[in-house]
Amino acid sequence: MEKLSELYQEIILDHNKNPKNFKRLEHPTHTAEGYNPLCGDHYILDLYVENGKIIDIGFSGKGCAISKSSASLMTSCIKGDSIEEAKNLFEQFRLMLKEENISGFIGKKAKITVLRGVKAFPTRIKCATLIWHTLKSALEGNTKTTTE
Amino acid sequence: MQQLENRDNESEYSLTPHVIRNDFPVFRQRIHGKPFIYLDNAASTQNPTSVIERVKKYYEEEHSNVHRGVHTLSQRATESFEKSREVVRSFLNAKSTKEIIFVRGTTEAINLVAKTYGKQILSAGDEILISGLEHHSNIVPWQILCNETGARLKVIPINKKGELILDELPKLLTNRTRLLAVVHISNALGTINPIEYLIKEAHKKGIPVLVDGAQSAPHIPIDVQKLDCDFFAFSGHKLYGPTGIGILYAKEHLLESMPPFQGGGDMIKSVTFEKTIYNDLPFKFEAGTPNVSGAIGLAEAINYITRIGMDTIAVFEKTLVHYATKRLLECNDVRIIGESKEKGGVISFLVGDVHPHDIGTILDEEGIAVRTGHHCAQPVMQFFGIPATARVSFGIYNTKEDVDHLIEGLKKIKKVFN
Ligand SMILES: Cc1ncc(COP(=O)(O)O)c(C=O)c1O
Repeated sequence: MEKLSELYQEIILDHNKNPKNFKRLEHPTHTAEGYNPLCGDHYILDLYVENGKIIDIGFSGKGCAISKSSASLMTSCIKGDSIEEAKNLFEQFRLMLKEENISGFIGKKAKITVLRGVKAFPTRIKCATLIWHTLKSALEGNTKTTTE
Repeated sequence: MQQLENRDNESEYSLTPHVIRNDFPVFRQRIHGKPFIYLDNAASTQNPTSVIERVKKYYEEEHSNVHRGVHTLSQRATESFEKSREVVRSFLNAKSTKEIIFVRGTTEAINLVAKTYGKQILSAGDEILISGLEHHSNIVPWQILCNETGARLKVIPINKKGELILDELPKLLTNRTRLLAVVHISNALGTINPIEYLIKEAHKKGIPVLVDGAQSAPHIPIDVQKLDCDFFAFSGHKLYGPTGIGILYAKEHLLESMPPFQGGGDMIKSVTFEKTIYNDLPFKFEAGTPNVSGAIGLAEAINYITRIGMDTIAVFEKTLVHYATKRLLECNDVRIIGESKEKGGVISFLVGDVHPHDIGTILDEEGIAVRTGHHCAQPVMQFFGIPATARVSFGIYNTKEDVDHLIEGLKKIKKVFN
């Protein structure tokens, strides 16, 4: 049960129940759809970017507790960041799920490390990274992302 | 260890899952420190010792190419392979072994029919009729074929219980319908379709019928002559046998009329650069070296379940599904998707608003294997407006205690997600 309580931490369940930035933007500069055909998780991510900075961000859609809380945490972490910073955070995030390396998260970004328990569940890593891949697509101007 | 195959009183054998379990080595292990409870039999079933040992014996004493050599091992392999075909024939009660084609599985069987029979008979404007309960493997091959030929794919709709709306059938069986391809038991919802009725209605209009028997052949008695179906497909790995082997049954006159599927060795009588004479049935449809060990393993699996008796299995699994349904409905936040009157050993469900993926992970930690997702039947999910379900599906080794453990597991889910 320990592994499991590490995965479904209180904070994660909170984000699942009351996700942050769970909304569509009215005039997004970037939009992408993220879809995991394996489990049907499906999100739309909107960004409003000005001068290379993420001014506003919102996601909507449906999915499991891990993908949803990950989206909630991601959006609240990168709001106000530059695109560069957001991309760097994705790299750190990936590293965390691969090597459990959490040294790269500073300040308010540290809250995202609650997702490190996902590492012990290889089949769930795609759930945690779905919204990040969607972010990457949105920033690169692609509108659709699927995890394989 | 008490093995089913060693019991002397076979005729009096009725299904005792606790005993049958011992025939399946996979249950010797623990998963996450818990006894292993396997409730994903609609995806793949486990193999009994007799099947594993038979395949081992083949590799140790018989392995060789079939239909080719004069040497001893080639003769042994050929003999075992062809004996397996007879076991399958008898299992389905087909008229002749000429009607039993070894393929990779249900998917390949359906693709074979689409690419040969379908391609031959379809013209632009013709129709293929399927149902709203189909697995992707009984949708996509027909879509591809329709794209190639200009034919149209029609669908028998389903109701909220997950049953076919039979009132629509007369309208859908038109004078352009060239084939009805329909699932016998739905892998997503467990619905048992009234297959005899569907076949009769189609035949009244001279329309042949393909039955996707992936979920029926392992669980209820099948008699293809009594059903009078034209094609019947199933997979070995869902019938307590190996992966990579399956069966296409087809009526002999249809197979005679069909062009070959793949070209190569074994499917020919003679080849010159000018002309090839195809081999007799069933070999015309078995190009290349077949899955010999798979066929032999499948036959052994069939022997295993027919010793128990398909009637016995059907009754046993029905009782288990009744029990599981009752227990699930006692949990007040469980919603069962698919409430057909006639239901096989499959139950799809949701727990509150917990995503099925989370259900699957939590149950796995309890040593309980269930399936979560769309079950390769996305149109079914779309009909119910849900992305996925959790699904339990039963086999001959499942017990009421397995169901009780499942219910305990579901309580854990409630606790985590309160
Ligand atoms: C109803 C049904 N049809 C077809 C298939 C495809 O079987 P296979 O993957 O063995 O080809 C399955 C199995 O997933 C099934 O449940």
